[in-house]
Amino acid sequence: MQQTTVDAQGRRSRPDMSLERRRARTAWLFLAPTLIVILLVAGYPLYRTIELSFTQTSLLKFPLESHFVGLLNYKFLLQDSQWWHSVRNTVIFTVASVVIETVLGLGIAMLVNAKFPGRGTMRTAMLIPWAIPTVVSAQMWRWMYNDVYGVVNDIIMKLGLSHKAYAWLANPRLMLPAIISVDVWKTTPFMALLLLAGLQSIPGELYEAARVDGANPWQNFMRVTIPLLRPALLVALIFRTLDALRVFDVIYVMTGTNPTTMSMAVYSRQQLVDFGALGYGSALSVGIFIIIAIFVVIYVVTLRVEVD
Amino acid sequence: MKRLWLAILVAVGGLVGGSALAQGVTLHISCGAVGNELQLCKEETQAWAQQTGNTVVVVSTPNSTSDRLALYQQQLSAQSSSIDIYQIDVTYPGILGSYFIDLSPYFSQSDLSPFIQALVTNDQYEGKQVAIPWFNDAGVLYYRTDLLQQYGYSKPPTTWSELTTMAQKIQAGERANGNSKFWGFVWQGNSYEGLTCDALEWIYSYGGGTIVDPQGNITIDNPQAAQAIQMAASWVGTISPPGVLSYQEETARGVWQAGNAAFMRNWPYAYSEGQAAGSPIKDKFAVTVLPKADTAQGRHAATLGGWQLAVSRFSQHQAQAAALVKYLTSAQVETERAVKGSFLPSRLALYDSSAIEEAHPFIHQLKPVFASAVARPATATKDKYNQVSSAFWTAVHNVLAGQAQANQALAGLKQQLTRIKGAGW
Repeated sequence: MQQTTVDAQGRRSRPDMSLERRRARTAWLFLAPTLIVILLVAGYPLYRTIELSFTQTSLLKFPLESHFVGLLNYKFLLQDSQWWHSVRNTVIFTVASVVIETVLGLGIAMLVNAKFPGRGTMRTAMLIPWAIPTVVSAQMWRWMYNDVYGVVNDIIMKLGLSHKAYAWLANPRLMLPAIISVDVWKTTPFMALLLLAGLQSIPGELYEAARVDGANPWQNFMRVTIPLLRPALLVALIFRTLDALRVFDVIYVMTGTNPTTMSMAVYSRQQLVDFGALGYGSALSVGIFIIIAIFVVIYVVTLRVEVD
Repeated sequence: MKRLWLAILVAVGGLVGGSALAQGVTLHISCGAVGNELQLCKEETQAWAQQTGNTVVVVSTPNSTSDRLALYQQQLSAQSSSIDIYQIDVTYPGILGSYFIDLSPYFSQSDLSPFIQALVTNDQYEGKQVAIPWFNDAGVLYYRTDLLQQYGYSKPPTTWSELTTMAQKIQAGERANGNSKFWGFVWQGNSYEGLTCDALEWIYSYGGGTIVDPQGNITIDNPQAAQAIQMAASWVGTISPPGVLSYQEETARGVWQAGNAAFMRNWPYAYSEGQAAGSPIKDKFAVTVLPKADTAQGRHAATLGGWQLAVSRFSQHQAQAAALVKYLTSAQVETERAVKGSFLPSRLALYDSSAIEEAHPFIHQLKPVFASAVARPATATKDKYNQVSSAFWTAVHNVLAGQAQANQALAGLKQQLTRIKGAGW
């Protein structure tokens, strides 16, 4: 009974408590490396960003001057129409691209889940848009969208769909839809792949049982496929939504810092890098952090994702 | 045993000291890597290193000017001494000026006078000469000599309204001949730094100033400037393709070099590209100074570009670095660079050099352009230049896209610039 100890009040602690405590200590010990790494790579930068967001700091001046300004940056952020416009752009981009990608991705996944000759080749080929780096494909699409020598207008005019050329990346009404289509083209294969993995985990016997019960294909889809695909679908949705909310490269390459299409990340980068405004740029980063957190909460609450 | 250690120590000490003497100092220079730029930079710095017994290491940098600025910002704000000499864009002396040393102790007034004066002034920051011009860029007008002749014009346009008339006539004629993709005039209308350059040329040519004047006053809200921007807005969809609002240098060149435009505003680099083997417009075009306004205050204007050399305040070998800058900006090296890489010299007299004219006749043709050179207001607005430029190109882009009238947009821009200026630049 060596583990039995007497505390200051003279109470005896039971040996099994001590065992629990020891277990907890071991657990902390094993968790420590992970926690330290998270603190270093995520916690510290986050802390610094929040700290900087309360200051006015210009990266471009020597010696570096940093003034504490309290909530001034946040006050300006709330009135900054450019920021709210970029939030609006990002949300439109996210909702439109994720919805279209999920619908198309599900269709494609069900198609390539069926048995047909050349299925392996098909599955590989459909990944090509996903495999090309975004910077490269966005630049490629920029050329294709050109109003004078672009192939997109050429096809539209040859098919007789329109007799005039569209300025896809110059007309304020067409810019965001044009960028969303590029993202759909690029990311649908990724969505399809995630959903295909989910489809393959559904046992064939369930469909057989449904057939015996006389279910039609629609009932098959609604009653068997969708409920069993739900976990995979949720993972795919969360992945894509969070990814789309921090969209940067496709927009930056195609239309740069044009306010019509600027996303939150593009705006924050412009402040931080182009303007050297470390304070306001950090406040914007905190803004992005909060907005993404809101989306996560919405997902967790409405879809009852199990956290533990 | 003690003696042995002592002997070794002395030997090692002698070795280190001796080799340090023989090697001189080691300098690091950041050079661009566009075309054969990096190769030339290595050759020139090696030549200097051999003459002086120092060592030079060339650090290559990203091609895009905004990426390069981001890299320099990181280096300089970390007070890093790992780069001694920076090759900087024409707007950086204003933006990063506080990080560079004053070079006037190393360059006398007579050393500086052969350089193009607009550039020398541009490279000053709070009264210090923080950089020395190295090579040059300026906005120019490209025109199709064959088409002008075909449609009965003997010389390029000197005013914007002449350009508009000519562009309309050629465009109508070429379209009637079956080229439905033909446009009169292409330029850089995307919402980015290039639009600031183009719009500054229109405004300055109307006598509308330079957005912010050298004393730091915000001058942009004036009727001449509004008139100039309104004129450019009238081109969109008539003589310029609607897509011009998304064009950068290379997009404009894509339309021009395929033979689908009569006029183009661009930088001199497009000349050698257009003359390259296999180019459809080879020997069918020429360059000239951009047109001026019809009004009494009308004058030619060419926005200055180009690159300068500056010495970091964190450099541990500032005197040697300044000596290398002096060597690289010498008439001899600049001539060599012009001949081998068609880099435009920053020394005005070299535009008449026979060696350069023999290799690249167009460089001589560009001399009058630099007489009308205008610098972007980076010197006056300092580290806030990028904010000023971004607000400016956004306002201009809104007018070009038909979302605002020029006078309203400029009044709004003035307010915005006043807020950015705050207590002072």
